[in-house]
Amino acid sequence: MAHSAHSEHAAPAILAEVNPAPLPRATLVESKRSFNWVTEKICGIIEGPTPRWWWISFAVSCFVASFTVIGIAYLVSTGVGVWGHANPVNWAWDIVNFVFWIGIGHAGTLISAILCLLRQKWRTSINRAAEAMTIFAVVCAAIFPVFHVGRVWFAVLPGYLFPFPNSNAIWPNFRSPLEWDVFAVSTYGTVSVLFWYIGLIPDLAVLRDRFYKAGNKFKSALYGFFAMGWRGSNRHWSNYEMAYLILAGISTPLVLSVHTIVSFDFAVSLIPGWHTTIFPPYFVAGAIFSGFGMVITLMMPLRAIFRLEDLITQYHIDCMCKIILATGTIVGYAYGIEFFIAWYGSNPYEGFAFINRAFGHYAWAYWIMITCNVITPQFFWFKKVRNNIVLVWILSIFVNVGMWFERFVIIVTSLARDYLPSSWGYYSPSAVEIFTFFGTFGVFGVLFLLFIRFLPIMPMAEIKAVMPEADPHSGHGDSKH
Amino acid sequence: MADSIYGLMARFDSASEIFHAAEQVRNAGYKHWDCITPFPIHGLDGAMGVRRSHVPKFSLIGGLTGFTTGMSMIWFTGAFDYPLIVGGKPYFSPLFAFPISYELTILFTAFATIGGMFLLNWLPQHYHPVLKSKDITRGLDDTFYVVIEARDPKFDLARAKALLTQAGAKEISELEA
Repeated sequence: MAHSAHSEHAAPAILAEVNPAPLPRATLVESKRSFNWVTEKICGIIEGPTPRWWWISFAVSCFVASFTVIGIAYLVSTGVGVWGHANPVNWAWDIVNFVFWIGIGHAGTLISAILCLLRQKWRTSINRAAEAMTIFAVVCAAIFPVFHVGRVWFAVLPGYLFPFPNSNAIWPNFRSPLEWDVFAVSTYGTVSVLFWYIGLIPDLAVLRDRFYKAGNKFKSALYGFFAMGWRGSNRHWSNYEMAYLILAGISTPLVLSVHTIVSFDFAVSLIPGWHTTIFPPYFVAGAIFSGFGMVITLMMPLRAIFRLEDLITQYHIDCMCKIILATGTIVGYAYGIEFFIAWYGSNPYEGFAFINRAFGHYAWAYWIMITCNVITPQFFWFKKVRNNIVLVWILSIFVNVGMWFERFVIIVTSLARDYLPSSWGYYSPSAVEIFTFFGTFGVFGVLFLLFIRFLPIMPMAEIKAVMPEADPHSGHGDSKH
Repeated sequence: MADSIYGLMARFDSASEIFHAAEQVRNAGYKHWDCITPFPIHGLDGAMGVRRSHVPKFSLIGGLTGFTTGMSMIWFTGAFDYPLIVGGKPYFSPLFAFPISYELTILFTAFATIGGMFLLNWLPQHYHPVLKSKDITRGLDDTFYVVIEARDPKFDLARAKALLTQAGAKEISELEA
């Protein structure tokens, strides 16, 4: 092995003597649950019989997902004209939906990476599900840019998106932010999957052994294959923890760069309303805002259905609401600054673009956006609101809706009214477009339901590690019942 | 030296118990031994005398490779293999090549980190005497084990048992190889 034990003096003896003053910390697992309770609770969800609500939700999700499948099949067989795009609005719901879904994913990485670096221990009970959400959101997001090219085989043939030698001898245009996006999103998807999988390994090992003990050789072998022979060795944990820390360290600049590059798709162009330097930070804040909205939308029902109140406590909900409040306020500030700069910059086109957003043909969309994104999160200042689970869930839906409209407002209003009045237009989506987008919620639902049925929805090892009994210096705390 | 067994596996019931037991086994001078814990215990590396992980070295190499790959790929395609003027811009500039090189740095670092972790841990390893033990289910649930391997030069069945008992082991079993 690379590092065997060595001299007796490897650990400073002082460690055992240090006795820091006890500071009150928020309880992350309530009701004084034991380690075994955590294992039983989370494995029990997978080992128990499939609940009826799961089958019903799964059937509904499959039905909804079929809209995307049919919509895309129709698009590919007919042409991109089945969507409502027409000059001058050649980017519309496709890119709106892409940015919407990719933004949702950002909360998962924020929770798993940035909160890990900041030692926010409350992340442990929500990070697995949030990372799953990230991956599935990236899947939904990827559908749109791939299919909006119409002749989709060009998107997958070598040489167009990814640089492979091809018979036309062409290479992608690396000067274009759209090409940067290809790399950003595919890196993001890949690293998210890797990070998620690394986190799963110790938990898969638990399931492997439990299924073996229960006599289910097939499931034991299946989980065991992916558990990589994990055996909880501390020498392994040492490397594992380091790898996890590094992945968190590189995912942090990754998640910030992905939405920055998505915003470059707009900011690097010359369209009024897009060509602004505030876009990268504003997009990142918006992405985290919408992602936490989705985390709450997903976790509140899970918490109620699986009785996870001891693991997702009021403290966790408070923390998530406060992040929504903070990022939502940043987004509101960015809306204000955009207006200020449009006026201060004295560019008549830029000024017009913003007046037009608020009072033009798409004013209805703008005011939906302002209501959902700026006003909604302000309710989270109040503890009474944060304590009301149903209200929190409803507000999270508003956040999701508002962030979709934000992308719609940015993309469509600027394109519909650019420099030349002779080329102005008004865009409305076609039925195919609406149903294709609607269907992606089904795609997401199918994937998420499969996840909660077959994989541990919370990282057992990480939750145990933040329980008070896990601290070797907490006195002789007994982990048993 | 006992040849027929892989080692001894001793049970401890709490994180602080295994922490102190690990210190004692380390101080007794064993080299081939391990702790089986359901989650990483803070400070146990120090108590065991495990040195800092080598994973970051893999990460660094991965990151440098990724950045170089990005820059050289964009230079090769745009400035060497098929120079083409697009928008009057230079064939190659590290500025427009940066975002993609940055993403590839992260991508390669991630693969190298995970690959390095698997390599250093010698995983996947689906067969292991510890995994054959009936106690492993509890070892990944809520119980902690110290495993002293028979191949350790200092290993002596009776002495190792005495050490583990003295360290407060609740139960000691022999692992078959």
